Amino acid sequence: MHQLQKSILTFTRNLFFTMVVLLLTLTVEAQQGGGQSGFGETMRSNGRIWVVIAVMVIILLGLILYLVRLDRKISRIEKDNA
Amino acid sequence: MATAKNYMYKSWWKILSVLLLVYTFVFGLWHKVPELPALQETIRNLYFHVCMWFAMMILFTISVINAIRYLRTLDLRYDIYTRQFAVVAMVFGILGYATGAIWAGYTWADPNTSIYNSFSTIARDPKLIGAAIALLVYFAYLILRDSINDIDRKARVSAVYNIFAYALLFPCIWILPRVMPSLHPGNEGNPALDVKNDISGSMRVVFYPAIIGWTLLGVWIATLKIRLNLLKEKKLLK
Repeated sequence: MHQLQKSILTFTRNLFFTMVVLLLTLTVEAQQGGGQSGFGETMRSNGRIWVVIAVMVIILLGLILYLVRLDRKISRIEKDNA
Repeated sequence: MATAKNYMYKSWWKILSVLLLVYTFVFGLWHKVPELPALQETIRNLYFHVCMWFAMMILFTISVINAIRYLRTLDLRYDIYTRQFAVVAMVFGILGYATGAIWAGYTWADPNTSIYNSFSTIARDPKLIGAAIALLVYFAYLILRDSINDIDRKARVSAVYNIFAYALLFPCIWILPRVMPSLHPGNEGNPALDVKNDISGSMRVVFYPAIIGWTLLGVWIATLKIRLNLLKEKKLLK
């Protein structure tokens, strides 16, 4: 079970980085598409929206990691009490 | 105590929740959104602010279902379920309220005056008042619960009150804001899913997964608290 959760975590992490790389390559396409508001266009044209996304995703994953650890801890207590 | 491996102990839906939330954060900020006056890029808050309320509503529904289950069976386990789901739903409600306050400050407020001066107009909005009443009714649920010492009576009274509180959600957050003039979108219809006017079809690609992801996260937190309380009350539940 422990191993499984570990491999799932690794998988999730890999998936995330794959998505980031995949989407970074799309940046070029996005620059050509017009019709965005000035603010959004600026955000996208220099690619720095990724800084924001990276920060937000790290916070999210940090909180999730905390939940996973809590979940495991409670599982252990449940096993001891059974 | 329930040792049966029910959904609380499974991990597939927790992983699904994480994947959907990562998807929401990445694509929610990335993909193109329709340009609407006043909203502009803030329309992306749909994936965060609106989802808080959806998650709250679903969690309150789970809570009231367990309240009814408790009243039917008088099994204290369902009382624990009811309480923990209600608390997590309230947390989501508070988050929805707080994020809405920031969003409204930038989109409803008169750009020529400060947010503080526009506050009296914003604060009078029926949707805000309705949501505040609904949350306060649930705060009263906790106060009522903790003021009764007898365990069985506590569970029974609070289960009944939970059903009343749930019934009050409908006039407060579903009906009242629709019949009164409001700054909040969706006055004469659906506040969050108006595909024709508010949301382009492309936004639903992120919006629906976001709702599921946030809701599952709420369920996850609630089940952790439930499991902890089941351990704590082990003697009572035997």
